[in-house]
Amino acid sequence: MQNSEQSFIQKLGIDTRLLGMIGALVVLWIIFGVFTDGRFLSPRNFFNVSVQTASVAVMATGMVFVIVTRNIDLSVGSMLGFIGMTVAALQVQVLPDILGLGHWSIWIIAALAAIAMGAVLGAFQGWVIGYLTVPAFIVTLGGFLVYRGAMWWVTKGQTQAPLDTTFRLLGGGAEGTLGETLSWIFGAVAALIAVAMMLLSRKRKSDHGFVVKPVWAEGILMATAAGLIIAFVWIMNSYPIAKGAMKRIAAAKDIELTEGLVWYHGVAIPVVILLAVTVVMTIIAQRTRFGRYVYATGGNPEAAELSGINTRMLTVKVFALMGALTGIAAIIASARLNAVDVGLGTLDELRVIAAAVIGGTALAGGFGTIYGAVIGALIMQTLQSGMASVGVDAPLQNIVVGLVLVFAVWVDIVYRRRTGQ
Amino acid sequence: MTNQTPLVEMKNMSISFGGIRAVDDVSVDLQPGEVVGLLGHNGAGKSTLIKMLSGAYQGDAGEIYVNGERVEIHNPRDARKYNIETIYQTLALADNLDAASNLFLGRELVTATGTLDDDAMEAETRKIMGRLNPNFQKFSSPVSALSGGQRQSVAIARAVYFNAKILIMDEPTAALGPHETQMVAELIKQLKAEGIGIFLIDHDVHAVMELCDRASVMKNGKLVGTVNIPDVTDDDLLSMIILGKKPGEKAPAEE
Repeated sequence: MQNSEQSFIQKLGIDTRLLGMIGALVVLWIIFGVFTDGRFLSPRNFFNVSVQTASVAVMATGMVFVIVTRNIDLSVGSMLGFIGMTVAALQVQVLPDILGLGHWSIWIIAALAAIAMGAVLGAFQGWVIGYLTVPAFIVTLGGFLVYRGAMWWVTKGQTQAPLDTTFRLLGGGAEGTLGETLSWIFGAVAALIAVAMMLLSRKRKSDHGFVVKPVWAEGILMATAAGLIIAFVWIMNSYPIAKGAMKRIAAAKDIELTEGLVWYHGVAIPVVILLAVTVVMTIIAQRTRFGRYVYATGGNPEAAELSGINTRMLTVKVFALMGALTGIAAIIASARLNAVDVGLGTLDELRVIAAAVIGGTALAGGFGTIYGAVIGALIMQTLQSGMASVGVDAPLQNIVVGLVLVFAVWVDIVYRRRTGQ
Repeated sequence: MTNQTPLVEMKNMSISFGGIRAVDDVSVDLQPGEVVGLLGHNGAGKSTLIKMLSGAYQGDAGEIYVNGERVEIHNPRDARKYNIETIYQTLALADNLDAASNLFLGRELVTATGTLDDDAMEAETRKIMGRLNPNFQKFSSPVSALSGGQRQSVAIARAVYFNAKILIMDEPTAALGPHETQMVAELIKQLKAEGIGIFLIDHDVHAVMELCDRASVMKNGKLVGTVNIPDVTDDDLLSMIILGKKPGEKAPAEE
């Protein structure tokens, strides 16, 4: 029996680690669902968890590359705060004076500034690590302190709010979603792309005369991928917008509200950003020279260098990418809260590292997947939201998250040993 | 020795590490279709000398000529540009990647859109492995899952695939069983017949006697001498390695 199950999974060609993580996630959802009388499994909660996961998950995809190349980045939480505060001050104090309050371009300038700032800060850290050969742990520990301090200096500790109204949409909330119709279109397009990619890959393989998966296995995978995407959109489209928010939106768009009319949220914009980042980062990891060199360098730095890879420049690029993603995460986090105080991003570096590690990234370097890190972030957020909704005290939440992290890494080590990786 | 332009000439090479002269004014050369053995104890400087040719180290002094032209080799990319390929003693494989990724590392095949063409790389890898090691089947496993001989054949395939003119083999049979060692010996003869020049670094005097045309012996970073293999015996080579004495010479006084 066990054998036939194994070969079934083997024929499907799914990574058992992925199955394990999804299994853990489903178990957590069921447990929290039972303890909250189903509240945890409501569309409202799934919407909130998806939005809360976005910021950490975006950074976790970059942390995969950092850890795969045998480095670490302890500065991302502080950097997120520093970028968030700078960009908030830009929107609140600087740009309105130049362009006028509520100018259409403010959100674009702010968003681009956030990404550029992250890339520059990250590249500088990468340069110190790669070219001056100061260990990443020390450089980013320094960054951790420097950015948190610099953040205070930007506004002398003043909280910046409210942010530009368009910029706020990037953080989710009742207005910051695709809405029902667009969400369905988004889901349909995403499902089609997923199926098309699988078909294309299959065709390429058979063109080269390689063995391909049986048709039924490929069919199951395609149906699962498309089904999951559509189910997700369906859940997001089942969460009605509250009456107050509906009035606000209707007023802004000049629409008459009729009795009994219900609007639904749809997929939140930060989640769309996260999905886009995940797809792009996966392509970079699997389909580009840069991604290949990241893994090669992590597997054997000396071999990578002997193969002509400029590993120092690679380190700069990896940290610049990490910084740019931290910039994107800073946009999401500040927009979601519609305010930036000096505490923004505190402890995020640990959440990000934990997400990557729970997602199967090995601290010894060489191994780690983007989707794993995203699911890792989702597991972390599920744990935190779940315990909060069950009513677990905050100190106990930390204890549980800490234990789960260590446990997850131990399971991973045992798994690796068993599979001989 | 013929008067033909050598494929490679390394003249008066020197390199120091922290005040120690690892290679001290050493000159060697290599003709097309020739196998030159580099012999010496551990630490004699033979690997260091050859790493200046493969681009892993940059010498402090000395000149390198390829086909009679002066070249500058600052890194492994430069070496590859002159068709110098190296099979390192450590094999220099990224253990977490599969055979095809290792074979094409740094020289990946890409599609029209600039993305990696993994399928084409795997197809090419299957072709060359079919020639070098027909039993090789593990194309999708990371190379950490391969046996010593299989890993060796991946490293050899990498050097051979890209039309090497000059091949450096650093103890290629150190980790191999007798059968695989024989395979490597056959390969060396075949490559030699194709006109490729080979530097073979080895401990084993017998292997050098069997495979090489000439041998350069090093001791304490200095060149003891270069001899034609047909003119010498095993014992001559051994006394060069151990005593630093050329055949027909007295042992030099210890400095």
